[in-house]
Amino acid sequence: MTAEINTRLLVEILTARRDDFLAQWTRTIGDDLQGRLSLAELGHELGELYEAVLKAISIGGLDGRGEHFGEARSLLIELSRNRARQGFTPTETARSVFALKEVLEPSLAGEAASAQAYLQFARLLDDLGLLTTEAYVRTREEIISSQAEQLLELSTPVVKLWDGVVGVPLVGTLDSARTQVVMEKLLQTLVDTDSTHAIIDITGVPTVDTQVAQHLLKTVVAARMMGARCIISGIRPQIAQTIVALGIEFGDIPTNSSLADALRQALKEIALETEDDVKGLL
Amino acid sequence: MKDFGAAGVTAEAIPVANSSDVVSARQTVRNLSQRSGMSLVHQTKLVTAASELGRNMLIYGGGGVVRVAAVTDGGRSGIFVEFRDQGPGIGDIELAMTDGWTSGNGMGLGLSGAKRLVDEFDIETGPSGTTVRIVKWGR
Ligand SMILES: Nc1ncnc2c1ncn2[C@@H]1O[C@H](COP(=O)(O)OP(=O)(O)OP(=O)(O)O)[C@@H](O)[C@H]1O
Ligand SMILES: [Mg+2]
Repeated sequence: MTAEINTRLLVEILTARRDDFLAQWTRTIGDDLQGRLSLAELGHELGELYEAVLKAISIGGLDGRGEHFGEARSLLIELSRNRARQGFTPTETARSVFALKEVLEPSLAGEAASAQAYLQFARLLDDLGLLTTEAYVRTREEIISSQAEQLLELSTPVVKLWDGVVGVPLVGTLDSARTQVVMEKLLQTLVDTDSTHAIIDITGVPTVDTQVAQHLLKTVVAARMMGARCIISGIRPQIAQTIVALGIEFGDIPTNSSLADALRQALKEIALETEDDVKGLL
Repeated sequence: MKDFGAAGVTAEAIPVANSSDVVSARQTVRNLSQRSGMSLVHQTKLVTAASELGRNMLIYGGGGVVRVAAVTDGGRSGIFVEFRDQGPGIGDIELAMTDGWTSGNGMGLGLSGAKRLVDEFDIETGPSGTTVRIVKWGR
């Protein structure tokens, strides 16, 4: 029964002093954020949230996890996502909720009759505050993984080295995701530049293990299917010794210690091929 | 292989649950072997062996813990690495150690190759997990 009395009391005071509370709430957070968000925008955001929370409480009471809080929760998630994207901290984001406690405290906490209602309301706000942190973290994770993907794209350039020759300087770890990106870019560039030779340079790959080797082989096979020849360059002495000890065989794939040697080899082959073409015509 | 368990107490432990953890474990091995003054060739061999065993632990053992320690024995110093998982174990070690044998779609060179890359190689396996210990001596 007391829960119902508390709920009624809260709804009454939140309704009666709406404008007053809302203004204070907006001001408190506005001070916190020091002008990084306009007061008008903030007021609008918090106004919507205030209405949603008030409505939820009057419909179904103070259980923030209940279905009646659905709208309030989605507003909060939206708010947290925006804050995360705008670069606010998770603390600042959670404060947006917790600050409402401070606003209500002087009017409710003082009297025995309303103190209980205040405590229950505070608990509700704690729950909602945690929700913002969760949503905030999830958004940041999304941002990070999309940045990682962009970085992957950026860090796998495929360049035209010469007429008929494209180069793929690999730097870092060659995992499955990376291999996929490299392969797609290489095949596309071969077509776009009408090239017959590809040089995959692994100077920047610190560890060449069976996984990397398998990925390299897969890339070479794919390029072959497009009629291109691949040369693997940048095999440093310590990598060469390690590959041999591991037992990896690159078969008939030509390898070179330097990119320059590989390019020379590719150009020689191209020259021979054109010669053959000319002879074939005669 | 000599028991480096005591030295292992001071070891760095890296939990491996995904492929970026394998990269971190590899980096720890690289850093420690660099600091111990190991030659570039030996460093590269050790790090590559760690890469193979770390990935096996992740793929077939469902993840586990890698421990890395600088150890000494008599006059020489080296790096000790242990890979411990609680996976299903290896049914037939002899087969698994054969060049080119894989139960999945690898090259089947990880275990046998890793053994060739290091100076000491020790493997214990059973239904409650697999532990591989390796040592690469300095210079
Ligand atoms: N920690 C482990 N737990 C269970 N099974 C393992 C473990 N390590 C290796 N194995 C088994 O031994 C086989 C051989 O391992 P190995 O590393 O030599 O080859 P691979 O992993 O299949 O291929 P790759 O050449 O890419 O390493 C594996 O296919 C797997 O069945
Ligand atoms: Mg393996």
